[in-house]
Amino acid sequence: MSLYYVQKFLYELNRDENLQSAYHQDRLAAVTPYQLTEEEIGALTGPDIGLLYHLGVNGQILMHFAALHQIAWADYLQLMRDGIEEHGPVREGVYAMTGYEGTDAHAQRLQSHPPQPNDQE
Amino acid sequence: MPLVYAGVASHAPGITGRAELADPEPRDAFYAAYQAMRDAIEATEPDALVIVAAEHFANFFMNNMPSFAVGMADSYTGPIEDPEWLGIDKFEAPGNRDLSQRLITEVMNTVDVAYAEEWKFDHGIAVPLHFLTPRFDLPVIPININCQGPPLAPLPRAWALGEALRRAADAVPERIALVGTGGISHWPATPDSGKINEEWDREFLRRWCDGDRESLLDYDDQAVYAEAGQGGFEIRTFITVSGAAAGAQGEVHFYHPIPIFAVGCTVASYRL
Repeated sequence: MSLYYVQKFLYELNRDENLQSAYHQDRLAAVTPYQLTEEEIGALTGPDIGLLYHLGVNGQILMHFAALHQIAWADYLQLMRDGIEEHGPVREGVYAMTGYEGTDAHAQRLQSHPPQPNDQE
Repeated sequence: MPLVYAGVASHAPGITGRAELADPEPRDAFYAAYQAMRDAIEATEPDALVIVAAEHFANFFMNNMPSFAVGMADSYTGPIEDPEWLGIDKFEAPGNRDLSQRLITEVMNTVDVAYAEEWKFDHGIAVPLHFLTPRFDLPVIPININCQGPPLAPLPRAWALGEALRRAADAVPERIALVGTGGISHWPATPDSGKINEEWDREFLRRWCDGDRESLLDYDDQAVYAEAGQGGFEIRTFITVSGAAAGAQGEVHFYHPIPIFAVGCTVASYRL
């Protein structure tokens, strides 16, 4: 598990047009320099947007990766939902830090106990 | 010169990138509010626009993440995103290295900031500039607050940054306009994208308009995350502007949730 390096690869990919070209030519070769597990390599080379979200990749990084693959916005959102459905709640990272329970459970909880304006006070 | 303008506005990429998917009525009203903000800023005849943003891993990553960073270059490029995806063409925005250095030097008397002589704008700055200075003829000084990769600067530090910016802006001869940009409640780029907690937003904006330090800092990140999403961490940018406004009364010129933009679209300013 090396969420840091998964995100670092995507961060550099998002910024670097040369790395984007290399990735398009040979995805596996592009990710090889990074310290990644087989699962992570599969998610990055697939690509598997849902699995990357489940692994904990920040959406602000992931959405650019989805755009690189010409994935439409609505499809991008659905792929993440499918990833949670298939793999379970986000494993680590900012979406897991307060025990985020997944899209459906989160929405149900908000509906059953809507936040009040003065909850913070 | 005393600070000539202080306001806040939204920056979500959908504002420009998914414009055709939005309900035209609130979308066009929001665009008009942004245009009015541009007019108000131009009326102050500013020499530079200091924009306090929450960038999204375009320049800063967890290998060396500054809580606060200030641009110090004579020009900046953007957007880092695909222009077609964002709906904004590639651009070069002017900076002012000398002014940046003087502001940074003063700010650092009370708040530690990193500086960056190279900066690629992402939507967090590109979207506001698209509306506020579309001809890219006003020097921009970007400031980033890390709102994405915890641990994050505590809210009182965001306020302190605003106080330091005000002191620095007042000390230079140039006329400085200040704009903070971020979301209020939102869950951007996640399966929950489009969810907006309007009640939470309106309460936050009420406090923002009051400019009251105690009530604005009375949030903690765990509660913000639960009720306003990870995008809610970006309230730091709004709070920095409040710190700079030094108790002025604020006014919300526009607020309306636009789900396809993934945020409650906001334009507001202080009466300095």
